[in-house]
Amino acid sequence: MSGVTDDHVPQHPDRLWRHPEPKPAYDVVIIGGGGHGLAAAYYLAKIHGISNVAVVERGWLAGGNIARNTAIIRSNYLWDESAAIYEHALKLWETLPEELDYDLLFSQRGVMNLAHNLGDVREGMRRVHANRLNGIDAEWLAPDDVKRLCPIVDTSPDVRYPVLGATYQPRGGIAKHDHVAWGYARAADRLGVDLVEGAEVTAIDIAAGRVTGIQTSRGPIRAGNVAIVAAGHASIVAAMAGLRLPLQSHPLQALVSELLEPIHPTVVMSNAVHVYVSQAHKGELVLGAGIDSYNGYGQRGAFHIIEHQMAAAVELFPVFARAHVLRTWGGIVDVSPDASPIVSKTAVSGLYLDCGWGTGGFKATPASGWVLAHTIANDEPHALNRAYSLERFETGALIDEHGAAAVAH
Amino acid sequence: MLLVPCPWCGPRAEIEFRYGGQAGIAYPKDPDGLTDAEWVEYLFLRDNPKGPWRERWVHTAGCRRWFDVTRDTLTNEFLG
Repeated sequence: MSGVTDDHVPQHPDRLWRHPEPKPAYDVVIIGGGGHGLAAAYYLAKIHGISNVAVVERGWLAGGNIARNTAIIRSNYLWDESAAIYEHALKLWETLPEELDYDLLFSQRGVMNLAHNLGDVREGMRRVHANRLNGIDAEWLAPDDVKRLCPIVDTSPDVRYPVLGATYQPRGGIAKHDHVAWGYARAADRLGVDLVEGAEVTAIDIAAGRVTGIQTSRGPIRAGNVAIVAAGHASIVAAMAGLRLPLQSHPLQALVSELLEPIHPTVVMSNAVHVYVSQAHKGELVLGAGIDSYNGYGQRGAFHIIEHQMAAAVELFPVFARAHVLRTWGGIVDVSPDASPIVSKTAVSGLYLDCGWGTGGFKATPASGWVLAHTIANDEPHALNRAYSLERFETGALIDEHGAAAVAH
Repeated sequence: MLLVPCPWCGPRAEIEFRYGGQAGIAYPKDPDGLTDAEWVEYLFLRDNPKGPWRERWVHTAGCRRWFDVTRDTLTNEFLG
């Protein structure tokens, strides 16, 4: 287990990528300059030799959910389809800093999911066994083990949320989310990908059932293929191509404390009480909440969500009662009916979707980009995202992570 | 926190309510006759606009009645 003190925050040059004018045409245009879109652009160029690619971003690069998440990485999902794609992501994470030549502050300090009642215990044990069958590292921890790995958790039996055990994935951990986006951006840029910021997509051009380009606030761009990788705004962009998606956009909040001495050596999640906590390298405690119930695009959420989350966190970690909240924020997550993503071809030839990652997209960033690049390059899904098609909502082959591991990602 | 305008109890704090999603989704008149694509439409496809839309709330900790209201999903302003 690497501690919270043994890494450092590297210094950055002023510019990590060019700021090119958009060319009139590209082989592939990716709408959305977040983690997933940048990763897809990188793998298109790196693996598939397709470097005539633009990533078109409405705002600034990596300013959406890649900058707003709680940076937790794990692959201990229940269902086979989920385990496969998230474990592929985790394997990519393990070599990514070297591949991108960028210190991502990737720290495999382990991820713990606490069980607070008999139902949690049974679900957790089932998931540990399912993970092992899928070749994923997973352990069941007794309360004493929880205490040993994370001494600040209150494991006494008479609390509101008693700790009856936990699942533990030692290879899970955290990374510095901004560095992930910047690392992919720099690497993609070096391979010839144009990163076009400040270009809001206003229309998607389609002729005879095939995508031909996009209209943007920086002018029209012709494109052989277009991928929508717009997270919370996926529905809005897809509507420009006449597509209705099974997605609802919700605010999701997170917060950080002020900088503290290293006190929290791992990552602790609790689905039942909707809280997940780690300590960033700089020292702030990073806590995530559940989504706000209503549909929203406001990138802010309600205070009672934070209050509920903090009440649970202080109960689990009494030492947190002395910490102060430094900052809270919200992002917009696109939640699908089965809480699983959509990485798919569409009814429009040459138009692809990578969306619906909901509350759990950060950890999947490398695999999401990997399978989307494959899907675009071959006009066929990769084995890892074949199940994540739009058609599953019609065939009924849902990947029901709502009912499994995905209450909190 | 939203101040949700219950038509019977007046504006009340959001924590008194449960959310019901898009308003006006009627149960199919002839469910046996629906195609798979029509079931997708009924079960899974909802509008997801950035701006005003019609939605349902239930005042669980108040009058316990359902109602429809228009809210702007970007500004959170209730528009009646």
